[in-house]
Amino acid sequence: MTEHRPVLAVIGAGPAGLAAAVAAAADGVRVVLIDSAAEAGGQFYRQPARGLGARRPQALHHQWRTWRRLRATLDTHLAADRVTHLSEHHVWCVERESGGFTVHALIGSEQEESVAIRAHGVLLATGGYEKVLPFPGWTLPGVVTAGGAQALLKGGLVLPGRTAVVAGTGPLLLPVATGLAAAGARVAALVESAGPRDFVRHARSWVAASAKLVEGAGYAARLTLYRVPLMSRQVVVEALGTGRLESVTVAALDSAGRPAPGTARRIACDTLAVGHGLLPHTDLAEGLGCRLDGTAVCVDDEQRTDVPGVWAAGETTGIGGSTLSLAEGHIAGRAAAARLTGAVPDPRAWAPAARARTRLRSFFTALDAAYAARPARWTEQVTDETVVCRCEEVTAGAVREAVGTLGAGDLRTVKLLTRAGMGWCQGRVCEPGVAGLAGCALAPARRLLARPVPLGVLAADPTEPVDPTAPPTPPTPPTPPNAPNAPNAPNAQ
Amino acid sequence: MVVGAGMVGAACALYAARAGLDVILVDRGPLAGGTTGAGEGNLLVSDKEPGPELRLALKSATLWGELAQELGTAVEYEPKGGLVVASTPASLTALTDLAAAQRTAGVTTVRVPADQLHELEPHLADGLAGGVLYPQDAQVMPTLAAAHLVRASGARLETGRTVTRVLRDTAGAVRGVRTDRGDILAPAVVNAAGTWGAEVAALAGVRLPVLPRRGFVLVTEPLPRRVRHKVYTADYVDDVASDSAALKTSPVVEGTAAGPVLIGASRERVGFDRSFSLPVVRALAAGATRLFPFLEHVRAMRAYLGFRPCLPDRLPAVGPDPRVPGLFHACGHEGAGIGLATGTGHLIAQTLTGRDPELDLTPFRPDRFPEEAAPWIP
Repeated sequence: MTEHRPVLAVIGAGPAGLAAAVAAAADGVRVVLIDSAAEAGGQFYRQPARGLGARRPQALHHQWRTWRRLRATLDTHLAADRVTHLSEHHVWCVERESGGFTVHALIGSEQEESVAIRAHGVLLATGGYEKVLPFPGWTLPGVVTAGGAQALLKGGLVLPGRTAVVAGTGPLLLPVATGLAAAGARVAALVESAGPRDFVRHARSWVAASAKLVEGAGYAARLTLYRVPLMSRQVVVEALGTGRLESVTVAALDSAGRPAPGTARRIACDTLAVGHGLLPHTDLAEGLGCRLDGTAVCVDDEQRTDVPGVWAAGETTGIGGSTLSLAEGHIAGRAAAARLTGAVPDPRAWAPAARARTRLRSFFTALDAAYAARPARWTEQVTDETVVCRCEEVTAGAVREAVGTLGAGDLRTVKLLTRAGMGWCQGRVCEPGVAGLAGCALAPARRLLARPVPLGVLAADPTEPVDPTAPPTPPTPPTPPNAPNAPNAPNAQ
Repeated sequence: MVVGAGMVGAACALYAARAGLDVILVDRGPLAGGTTGAGEGNLLVSDKEPGPELRLALKSATLWGELAQELGTAVEYEPKGGLVVASTPASLTALTDLAAAQRTAGVTTVRVPADQLHELEPHLADGLAGGVLYPQDAQVMPTLAAAHLVRASGARLETGRTVTRVLRDTAGAVRGVRTDRGDILAPAVVNAAGTWGAEVAALAGVRLPVLPRRGFVLVTEPLPRRVRHKVYTADYVDDVASDSAALKTSPVVEGTAAGPVLIGASRERVGFDRSFSLPVVRALAAGATRLFPFLEHVRAMRAYLGFRPCLPDRLPAVGPDPRVPGLFHACGHEGAGIGLATGTGHLIAQTLTGRDPELDLTPFRPDRFPEEAAPWIP
């Protein structure tokens, strides 16, 4: 009697969304899993396009067994019609209405058509996006984000370049460096601005998450295997090249977090994968009016936001990696299913996931603090001529002028005065850099439209909502792996 | 001492400083953080019926022209003109009657027959009844304008500082303000707090019934210039003048120097409700695509909302408050605050320095609203 099941829309099919979808479907709700990619998996379990016939995709993936189990469970639910997977659906707005929600998503290769999906509850598993801080030369072709390089590796199995440097800070750099090396690139250096001492300070939290330490040790072993030199407490101060990247200048950081004089040296490379951690994707949550804490969506023990009927799980509630996302997704799915079917959730039903959640949140808080410690003085390396907002071509000098001369004291005013963050990416790429240069806090931007929507779509009378209990729409052919719109890759042309 | 670092406060600071006064500008939020930062930067005479507001708008337009000479491109001043179109013969008659009255009041108006609309706006929809061109309508980038006016004034700018009390001497006259970071003494306090004008007035013990009126703006992807003027339908004038709390939307479409097309305008009184309303945004998009069909395939990049400071008779409060010596008001300009800022600042500076104001301030008197009857009296 699936028709009488309440409908839960799960937005995002990464680890959190998948865990939520299978948990909720098992507990008596009908799940509509909505995701922008052609295949389930998200950024973490990004799948090679089917047409490529990759023989050993697991070589690029961690937690392959967990993925296979999740995937098999999802397939069972899909076959039993308890889950509908709407792939290549780009959600631009979730509307609150009496008695539920309508999820609006753009479809088709041109994204010029919109569909509406009705649901009784919404579970946001929208993940995170990459934070990249600007430095001179970062807009040169050949400079990609760490996540963009990884997405290309996982999705298309193409090698972004022959000689790569991986730089920045954060745990993502390790799998990117080993992944590039495994795919045959020469990784000339892994330049990490945090140093061993930053980690020692948080030693107590490490003990609580020993599996994570083993994972870290595994990467360290693979770095050695591929002969990737790990340069810690160092930074890329400049990317150089005529027309495209030819080399980077790397320098050691002194005790104040500045490049120490006399330590700069040149490393030749044609690819620089750079990343400074991740930030939560919160556009849909903000459009719904969910309360945020800093840059993450606030949730309670049941993963409920403060908006009734809206749950959130995974990186959107704070960056914490795939295992934490799985735990949160599982809890959110079970709690949402209970609430939507009129039952009172029993936390004992997810006690192991809750324990993992507690442990991993404290681990990632400490990890975040360790990585955040460096590079404290990065803004000093950014010259006035450096373009910080690529879409609107706003320089660091213009941002500094808005603060120093025109009296801007917050991110929004800086944006209004300089147009930084007002272009295509709506500040998703440049906001952390602009905030840092302006010396103000990174505040959520309140993007009421989660993605650009044709005015004709907005103007049209809302279409009849899709009946999620109807057979799923036929799958559209997968996009070519080398499509220029690879996520998070500013120079992936 | 000016409370409120939006466009109106910035203009008050500039003209007061040029009249020889020392000016401190205080705002509890950032510069241009309220209505100014959420507006389109309209400098319009076209949407005003003959009367005191139009006189203020004409004076302001002249002053904006002078400032534009001085500040150059820094404030993105663009004298692009407004084109008001009518879709039916009946609304065209109403529009041309209004234009005739405005012409008598000193507004330049040019009648545009239906067959000449496309010469002015090649991408406009077919089948419109006709329109009127208002060459005096212009636009600035409001946040840049506020920032540059403050800078040109040389006033001390204190953002993130909240006024908690208006200090008064034993005779009841203003002697400064108390803030969360200490007292600021000044013989004159200008309330330029926009939508929060009622709160600042209340700190001085007087009533000024400013209410927020919410509006959404849609911003498209950057485009080569295809909309040349500010284009809107004749219904807009009625919506601005309406005092209804209910939702009103009439399409207002304009290109900007930076590339994106801005689409307004909705009006509704819902308090300071900051939640997104898809039906309002849909109505804006529908109105805009009816006027400019090519916009159907253009993407809206973002939507944002703001609150216009609205007094019950839709006229601002400008000038000294007879109830509290030393207190001046410059707020309640509804959606016209950017345009009316220069004239307002100019008049405030004249009254601050004891001169006769150039325009009659009677219609803008802050004490023109009757005190509310005490609710416990039947």
